[in-house]
Amino acid sequence: MFANAPYTKPRTLDEAVSLLAAGDALILSGGTDFYPALGDRVLRDPVVDVSALGELRGVSRESDHFRIGGLTTWTDVIRHPLPRCFDALKSAAREVGSVQIQNRGTVAGNLCNASPAADGVPPLLALDAAVELASRSGLRRMQLADFLVGNRKTQRRSDELLTAVLIPREVEDAFSAFLKLGARRYLVISISMVAVVVKTDDKGKVLDARIAVGSCSAVARRLRGLEHDLVGVSLRDGLGRLVNAEHLASLSPIDDVRATAEYRKDASLLLVQRALDSCLQNQRLQNQRVENQ
Amino acid sequence: MVIAFTVNGRAVAVSSAPIQRLSRVLREDLGLTGTKIGCDAGDCGACTVLLNGDPVCACLVAVGQAEACDVTTVEGLAASRSRGASSSVSIGAKLQGAFLAHGAAQCGACTPGMLIAATALLENNAAPDENEVMDAIGGVLCRCTGYRKIIAAILDAGGKRTISPSLEPASGKAVGKRLVRLDGQRKIDGSEIFGADETPAGALAVRAIRSPHHRARFRFTDLAAFVRDHPGIEAVFTAKDVPGRNCYGVITPFADQPVFPNDEALYRGEAVAAVVGETAAVEALDIADLPVIWEELPPLGDIDAALAAGARLIHENRPENILVRGRVVRGDVDKALASADIVAEGSYETGFVEHAYIEPEAGFARRIADGVEIQACTQSPYMDRNDIAAILGIVPEKVRIIPTAVGGGFGSKLDLSVQPFLAVAAWHLGKPVRMVYSRNESIVSTTKRHPARMNLRGGCSKDGKLVALDFAADFNTGAYSSWGPTVSARVPVHASGPYYVPHYRALTRAVHTNLVPAGAFRGFGVPQAAIAQEQLYDELADRVGMDRLEFRILNALDDRTPTVTGQVLGQGVGIRACLEALRPRWKAARGEAASFNLIAVGPLRRGVGVAGMWYGCGNTSLPNPSTVRIGLKRDGRIALHQGAVDIGQGSNTIVTQICADALGAPIERFDLLSADTSITPDCGKTSASRQTLVTGRAAQMAGEKLRREILKLAGACDCASILFDNDGVTVSDGEKAQALRLRDLPLDAHGYVITSEATFDPPTSPLDKDGQGVPYAVYGFGAHMAEIEVDVELGTVRVLKVTAAHDVGRAINPTLIEGQIEGGVAQGLGMALMEEFFPGRGENLHDYLIPSAGDIPPIESILIEDPSPIGPFGAKGIGEQAVIPTAPAILNALHDATGIRLRKIPATPDRVRAAILAAANNKKMEHPRG
Repeated sequence: MFANAPYTKPRTLDEAVSLLAAGDALILSGGTDFYPALGDRVLRDPVVDVSALGELRGVSRESDHFRIGGLTTWTDVIRHPLPRCFDALKSAAREVGSVQIQNRGTVAGNLCNASPAADGVPPLLALDAAVELASRSGLRRMQLADFLVGNRKTQRRSDELLTAVLIPREVEDAFSAFLKLGARRYLVISISMVAVVVKTDDKGKVLDARIAVGSCSAVARRLRGLEHDLVGVSLRDGLGRLVNAEHLASLSPIDDVRATAEYRKDASLLLVQRALDSCLQNQRLQNQRVENQ
Repeated sequence: MVIAFTVNGRAVAVSSAPIQRLSRVLREDLGLTGTKIGCDAGDCGACTVLLNGDPVCACLVAVGQAEACDVTTVEGLAASRSRGASSSVSIGAKLQGAFLAHGAAQCGACTPGMLIAATALLENNAAPDENEVMDAIGGVLCRCTGYRKIIAAILDAGGKRTISPSLEPASGKAVGKRLVRLDGQRKIDGSEIFGADETPAGALAVRAIRSPHHRARFRFTDLAAFVRDHPGIEAVFTAKDVPGRNCYGVITPFADQPVFPNDEALYRGEAVAAVVGETAAVEALDIADLPVIWEELPPLGDIDAALAAGARLIHENRPENILVRGRVVRGDVDKALASADIVAEGSYETGFVEHAYIEPEAGFARRIADGVEIQACTQSPYMDRNDIAAILGIVPEKVRIIPTAVGGGFGSKLDLSVQPFLAVAAWHLGKPVRMVYSRNESIVSTTKRHPARMNLRGGCSKDGKLVALDFAADFNTGAYSSWGPTVSARVPVHASGPYYVPHYRALTRAVHTNLVPAGAFRGFGVPQAAIAQEQLYDELADRVGMDRLEFRILNALDDRTPTVTGQVLGQGVGIRACLEALRPRWKAARGEAASFNLIAVGPLRRGVGVAGMWYGCGNTSLPNPSTVRIGLKRDGRIALHQGAVDIGQGSNTIVTQICADALGAPIERFDLLSADTSITPDCGKTSASRQTLVTGRAAQMAGEKLRREILKLAGACDCASILFDNDGVTVSDGEKAQALRLRDLPLDAHGYVITSEATFDPPTSPLDKDGQGVPYAVYGFGAHMAEIEVDVELGTVRVLKVTAAHDVGRAINPTLIEGQIEGGVAQGLGMALMEEFFPGRGENLHDYLIPSAGDIPPIESILIEDPSPIGPFGAKGIGEQAVIPTAPAILNALHDATGIRLRKIPATPDRVRAAILAAANNKKMEHPRG
């Protein structure tokens, strides 16, 4: 099944992008999507195993953004101390497959695999993340929302490697939450999932709200209309109650083995409401903690 | 490429394609077969190993990525030194001991992965809580245990709880003991041999070519040219290569399944040919290269299509596409319903359910002179032998079936899977051949639980006495017969539930479609029927205004009331005791749920449901004998030849416990010779909850007989005692003790000093045209209670607790019985809430969901012992009994919590939510102003 596939394991990014330059290679990192996608197929394409590129793994704080190296695993994300706006991403990281998958699966792999149900996508969309792509001709950056173009489709050229995810620091202290709905507790592909990032002023008035819904369209989507409607609203008045079906009109869920399209719409609306309302609970907890100190 | 890494502290260097999966290299190149392959997709976690201390799925790691890494597999757990551990016992060894003591390993296929995942947890968190344990093992699926004993074992190893280790019971005291399973050690140290764990030297690989369509005509291109053009490929076998009868089936009169069809595949996944060659050559074949041309044909895709007037016949000799009908009629149901005070009715529908054992089918075969030998996972070695002999056109004695340990079966491994392909290939090539199913192959081609469509009406009196039940069901039996006749026959006998129903009519049909064959799955259709009948009884109880548990107690069968087949059991009818045992928890839980709902402001509502069950042990009105042979050896040890295949449920241990007490010998005196058609007599199949009863009783009889023979040899009376001491066997009649000089005694034809053999066949009688008679000699009884919480806005259901009372007659080994109950509850929960297989969609373990560790609530088992006069020491079966009442109890709890009655299960969130919305709309329409 694998005997004929040429395999290389570059040690540096330069080496890796040279190997990818021909544009015919498959990229292997954590393997958690690579192998399941193979099925019964016989592998003949060259494989570039980028797992040894240590320089692409880890999280760092830059002047105006956070940088998550492409090879950062979900376990790395969970373990790395990060500000509040990353709570949603961390929750999502805990829902990526199982501990075994989180130990191997990488942030870049999750994005490049571009499953409509990729757990990492809604939180990163809500964080206004950008991706950095490297090739022999250099680096380019684009918004994650532009990078993901369809079910299993991205703008990554076959000679490129996703080297990092960049998250602007402007919402660092924002509340964030992630809710995933599936038919069992662990190891489940979501029926729907929602990530919210809500930044308020010191009076609890929404300055900036970002809401993304996954598993309900070919690519997870931001709900721009809702985000617009929430600006200026006080957390205390309740955000969830302002959400209506119109706000989710851009979603295009399908019927599949997991759920009906109709249910997905209905449940997503509810998840958005609950995720937004959880921001207020978070704030209360936060205030209590401050008072207790 | 040579890749060097460390495995279990030992430096290794393997020559492998670096992209090869680490799991494959560990097993095939390094011989570390303790790491199991369940799915090759990260969906089951069976292959979990530690990679530099972190748990990973070895199937998703390229061996090239393991270079210079440290790998720990189950084989290395006991010896592995923990990071900074001070204790002399490693964490791995502690866990292994706890798994044994708690009965946390049943079939053992998930056990290595579980142990590794748990080791990683305890390395970082010495005393985790239950949620942390669940998080840690959430990525390893188990289909046998229901996870609770695994969780308990891990908590125990973490020091949270302790149970005292069970001591070896004294002579004659094994029955009733929580004996650690006798095959347990090899299940926790990785040495157990499953179907894929042995490969004869030079074995060729067999790969089936399977239909990608639900129905298709096919023809082959030039097969000789194909073989010629593919170096390493030795042959392609098709229908014309089947030397004997190209037809098999578990029930001989209905046998209809070809090894390979001639020109038309009747379901998606059916094998039409097998390619055989060197493993690398077979694996290098692309599907597009295979020498077959398909022409898709319109299938009969469901029961309606198959029953439609003028529908094409799937089998010419089966009019209306009906394989078989079942019927039990008693009294005058129409009249009784017409005059009943209260009548309720309902329709229910269930889907295909996949067995999803962690071990996909696998085995190997070799030709031995003019016969063949097949080593594979199976639940039914003697049935396999007969069918393989017919397929090869040789006598059964020329076929030897060596069952491996079975990594879960639940009914599906009763049917042939890899065996016919292996047999045909080994026969022609004269070389050893091996076949290992992929998960996809296992799911698409092996049997499923029958989808059911059930309609029923029931009536009772004003005071809650059941008077009549009219039940009709169609079962989608798929393309071939498999166990369709058994399901059709069993359901009418059981659809009353364990209650006295004087007027009764139950009619069933098994209907052929162009879908995967439905066969045996824990309960043979009775779990489906219970979903309908137990919900109907709740409706009747509500209409009467009676407590739902008390309604069941009032109507429970007893020793004197006749069953729906007119059988009066006389003794051992423990259903009332089971229901009454639930009463305290029932009352408390109902009260708690009511209080919760009264003050609930959010979307959560609680509910409590109950359901009863009865289930006949063994074949329905058909002989199903077991023969057990035991031999006294010259060294004073006892050889126990028992052919019951242990599929994880524990028959190796149970049968030995029974035999030990019958003989009066200590357990450690026994040498087990398990299921191999060349060394053990026929103990029938492991199904129908028959092994404890039938093989157990045969073992009891053989043990008692050996005891008498030993006393006779010593010239002692029946009242004398036999002492199995250090050096041999001593017979003592109180006055004098006589040591038998075993070494001086002649050996018999079996090579023993004394051989004792006994056969037991449960006494039944044929059913008449109305299904009246004695279908089973012994029944197991039980009742489950489920407490659930529903998120009414999302339609999600969480089960909070299950209380399960079972009349097991006599609990031979309470730990193993609890294991059956907990595993049954887990499968019942899956059936109720998440499991449905759609042929052609989701043929893997991430689309087909079975419960994970986090889905199973605490399960309290209550064991009732109302002894059967026929079972060994009074024992009854438990395997299938345990799964039947869970789903209806959960569905009744769902109604209790929300007022909805789901007509189509599983109760997935979308269905539950849709039903809640529909109910709310109906209410609005009824009360437009309300």
